[in-house]
Amino acid sequence: MRHLMSPLDFTTSELDKLFDLASEIEKNPKKFSNTCNGKILATCFYEPSTRTRLSFESAMYHLGGNVLGFSDAASSSASKGESVSDTIRMISCYADICAIRHPKEGAPVVASNKSSIPVINAGDGGHQHPTQTLTDLLTIRSMKGRLENFTIGLCGDLKFGRTVHSLINALIRYPGIQFIFISPEELKIPDYIREDVLDKNKISYKEFVRLEDCMEDLDLLYMTRVQRERFFNEEEYIRLKDFYILDKNKMALAKEDMLVLHPLPRVNEISVEVDDDPRAVYFKQVQYGVYVRMALILTLLELI
Amino acid sequence: MLNVGKIEQGFVLDHIKAGKSLSIYEYLQLDQLDCTVAIIKNAKSNKMGKKDILKVECDPSLINLDILGFIDHTITVNVIKDGEIQEKKELILPKEVKNVIKCKNPRCITSIEQELPHIFKLTDDKKEVYRCKYCEEKYEKFY
Repeated sequence: MRHLMSPLDFTTSELDKLFDLASEIEKNPKKFSNTCNGKILATCFYEPSTRTRLSFESAMYHLGGNVLGFSDAASSSASKGESVSDTIRMISCYADICAIRHPKEGAPVVASNKSSIPVINAGDGGHQHPTQTLTDLLTIRSMKGRLENFTIGLCGDLKFGRTVHSLINALIRYPGIQFIFISPEELKIPDYIREDVLDKNKISYKEFVRLEDCMEDLDLLYMTRVQRERFFNEEEYIRLKDFYILDKNKMALAKEDMLVLHPLPRVNEISVEVDDDPRAVYFKQVQYGVYVRMALILTLLELI
Repeated sequence: MLNVGKIEQGFVLDHIKAGKSLSIYEYLQLDQLDCTVAIIKNAKSNKMGKKDILKVECDPSLINLDILGFIDHTITVNVIKDGEIQEKKELILPKEVKNVIKCKNPRCITSIEQELPHIFKLTDDKKEVYRCKYCEEKYEKFY
């Protein structure tokens, strides 16, 4: 029995198989519509997360399975003081597979240690969110046709953004990836990613403050939200905030086949005028999130 | 020069960094053993300039070498029997330490679930980096 705690739990060849399956599902969803008949997915969400939970539920329903669970800690036994270990032992009697989101880092690992069913980490605090990374990788692979030899710009909050850290860790396993980091000084990539991930693996990267200065070099642009509260002072925020808003003018500088990704929710970092640009694939990314979760459920349940 | 007598049975921890013997004493929970312990601080050393030494008269099996390896694997461990050095133990960095140190990350699951064991795994043996098994927070050694 396997669990998914981190995107690195799967080797690149295992990921290839997973993505092949997801692509097959995309092409022929009907073929898979009864593959999980009689199976139950438990969604144990100790903190609210509409999109991730609905994506898991949608994935299971598309496979013909059923879903039970809770969507915040207040409506679970955690409010009575039950431990994660006890809850998962109970859930193991009710369901065949479990997706768990918890505000505390490492809670899904605790669950997987005691579980008799496969456990998927659906996000644990600022630590890991592997199914988002799988979604990002599948989107890139499907839209670009490859997961190697491209230049990716990661823009916005690179210091606190777990999706960014996770994506970097996953992409360094593929050859020919050039990273360009675009962020204000306050939100630069943390030292541990720089030293333990990039330098250690001899991965070259460039850093810019303004998106305009590197737009033409990018094959992919991964946008994240720059939050006002992350800045040390208001003046700095006002000075820099527009650098990180993607609009038509900035898109005009980009290659014709560049793609824009975003883990969502988007607030104002991508202007709505960009939504109609064929290079904006962040809503397609949501669809790929369902396909990759369908493939993951089938793989962990060993139904394929 | 201060003289501390030989021990008949037990262990001598040599080449402890000067001033760190009390930390070792606490990590090894020697206060819980009913035995004679000599703590020698700032002894002269050709190799280190100054060093600390711990002599403990007890059953040698009572010492947890994993903990000692985690704290400082350069310490020399001499096992004493019948007043003589019977064995010199090599210390290695343990792959995992359980309930020796606690995760200090306030966002870690161990911060709210008290019954969980605190487990750290060796993730980089060159830099001697240990990370929490659950949240992967790096443990900053203060030894």
